[in-house]
Amino acid sequence: MTLVEHERPHEEPTPESSRESRAWRNRLFKAAMLFSMLVAFGTLVVLLVDTIVTGWPAIEWKLFSDPPSTLPEEAGGRPAILATLYLGALVLLLSVPIGVLTAIYLEEYANRERWWNRFIEVNIQNLAAVPSIVYGILGLAFIVRGIGVGRVVFAGGLILTLVVLPTVVVASREAIRSVPDSIRQGAFALGATKWQVVWRQVLPAAIPGMATGSILALSRAVGETAPLIMVGAITYVAFDPELFGAYTALPVQIYNWTKQPDPEFQTLAAAGALVLLVIVLTMNAVAIFLRNRYRRQW
Amino acid sequence: MVTSMSQTESPQIDSARIAQVSRGLDRAEIERREKVFSVVNLGVSYNGKPALEDVTLDVHTNTVTAFIGPSGCGKSTFIRCFNRMNDLIPGAKVEGTVLYHGADLYGRAVDPVDVRRRIGMVFQKPNPFPKSIYDNVAFGPRVLGLKSGLDERVEKALHDAALWDEVKNRLKDSALGLSGGQQQRLCIARALAVEPDVILMDEPASALDPISTTRIEDLMHELKREYTIVIVTHNMQQAARVADMTAFFSVLVHEDGSARRGVLVEYDTTAKIFTTPADKRTEDYVTGRFG
Repeated sequence: MTLVEHERPHEEPTPESSRESRAWRNRLFKAAMLFSMLVAFGTLVVLLVDTIVTGWPAIEWKLFSDPPSTLPEEAGGRPAILATLYLGALVLLLSVPIGVLTAIYLEEYANRERWWNRFIEVNIQNLAAVPSIVYGILGLAFIVRGIGVGRVVFAGGLILTLVVLPTVVVASREAIRSVPDSIRQGAFALGATKWQVVWRQVLPAAIPGMATGSILALSRAVGETAPLIMVGAITYVAFDPELFGAYTALPVQIYNWTKQPDPEFQTLAAAGALVLLVIVLTMNAVAIFLRNRYRRQW
Repeated sequence: MVTSMSQTESPQIDSARIAQVSRGLDRAEIERREKVFSVVNLGVSYNGKPALEDVTLDVHTNTVTAFIGPSGCGKSTFIRCFNRMNDLIPGAKVEGTVLYHGADLYGRAVDPVDVRRRIGMVFQKPNPFPKSIYDNVAFGPRVLGLKSGLDERVEKALHDAALWDEVKNRLKDSALGLSGGQQQRLCIARALAVEPDVILMDEPASALDPISTTRIEDLMHELKREYTIVIVTHNMQQAARVADMTAFFSVLVHEDGSARRGVLVEYDTTAKIFTTPADKRTEDYVTGRFG
C-alpha cells in the first residue's frame, strides 16, 4: 500500500493589515479588562485608605472601653462592639445547625419528584435574594411585637439569622453535593445505614465547605444595618448589652455618628468602620484559610 | 492489514488461552458446592425501561464467577442486584427472584443493610474514604458495632488484601495518599473487615496498571478459599485468568432499534466459554470479532 501525501491547499499569506488589526484588538481587550479590574480594586483601595486616614486618630483604647457620649472626646463604641460580637455569636449558633440540617434534608433525603421539595428549593433560592430591610419589617411585626421578644439583642440575632439562613443553606448544599457519590456507595456497600453514611462520611467530608460558607454569611450578617434599625438597635446605649436587653450594633452606631454635626464624630465613625472592617476581614481570612487547608482532591 | 487478515481466518482457539483457563475448577466440582445465589428470571428496569431481562443462573460457594460482555449489556446492573445496591437508585425496579442460601434476597422482611453486611462490594474506581488507612478499614466494623478487637480485625483484613506490609508503618496516614492499586486493595481490605460471605467486584482492575491488576487477580485466587467472589469485567483475559464460571451477557436491540436491553447469552465453566462456547455470539466475543 502506498501512502499518498495530501498536498496542503495553497494558502493565501495573511495580509499584513489583518494581522495588525487582530493584534490591536487583542491589546484593546486587555486594556478593557485591566480598566475593569482597576475600577473594582481601585475603589476598594481608595475607600480603605480614606477610612484609615480619617479614623486613625480615634483608634485608641477609649473606643473599645467607653460607652457613647454626646461629647466626642468622651465617646466610645464599647456597647456597640460588644453587641455586634454577641449578634455574630447568636447568628452562628442559630443559623449553622438549622442551615446544615436543612441542606442535609434537601440533598440527602428529599425526593425531588415531590412538588413540595421542589417548592422549598425554589423558595430558599428566592429568600437569598430578598432585601434585608424586608426581614427587618418581618422581624418587627412577628418577633419584636408578635411574639413579644421586644427590642433586644436576641431579637436582632433572630432577624440576622433569617437574613443569612438561605445563604448558609445554599453553601452547605454546595458542600454536600461536592462529596462524590462513590463515597456514599462505598459506605452503603459496607452495611452502613443512611444515617451512618450521612453522619460519618458525607458530613465530615463536607464540613470545610460548610464552615467556609457559614463564616462568609456571618460576616455579611455582622455588617447588616437596615434590619437592625427596624428591630430597634437604638442609638444611645450607655451600658453593656445583655441577651434580652436594649442594644446598639456597630453599623448602627457608625451610622449615628455620621449624622452628628461635630466633625470629631466623623473621625469616630471612620474609626468604628475600621473596627467593623477588621472584624469582617478576619472572618473572611478564617474562611479562606479553612478552604485552602481542607481543600480535597477526590 | 493485520485486522483484515485475522478476520479472513476462522477464529482460532489457541493453546495459550487453554493454558490460561486451566486454573479453573471443573463443572462437576463446582456444582457439588453449595449454591450461594440462585437467580431465577431476573429483570431490572430503570424508570420502566428494561435494562436487563430474564437472567437465570446459580453462583456456587468458594468459586469465582465472572460476568463478561460488551458495554451496556447490563452486567454491572446485574451484580448490583446481589447486594441490593439498585435499591439506592431512584426508579430502579428489580423483578424475578434472587435466592441467597435459599432465602429470598428481596423478601419483605429482608433489610438491605443486613444484605450488604454479608455481601461486600468493591467498585470500579477505587473509592477510599477521605480518612486514614486505619479508619477506612475500621469503618465497616464500627458501623456494625464490632468494637472489640478492632486493631486485630484491621490488621487481618489488610493482611488478607495483601496490603499490610506496605502500610503497616503508616496506618494513620490518609488513604488518599496511596497509589491507585493500593487504594483498590484497601477497598478490598475494607470489604473483608466485616467478614462477608460474598465479595462482589465491579470491574475492580479497570482503573489500574497491569502490575496492580496482576496483584488483584492473584488476590482473588487467594480469597476464593474463604469467600465466594463475583466479578464483572470487560477484560476477557482477566475472566479467563481468574474465573471458574463465566457468564456472557449481550445487548439485544429491538427491531426498530429503540429499546436496548441486556440478556444472558451463555453461562458455563470458564474453560468451556473460552474454548468451545455453544452460542455463536459468545464465540464472536471471546475470539475478538465483536466488542
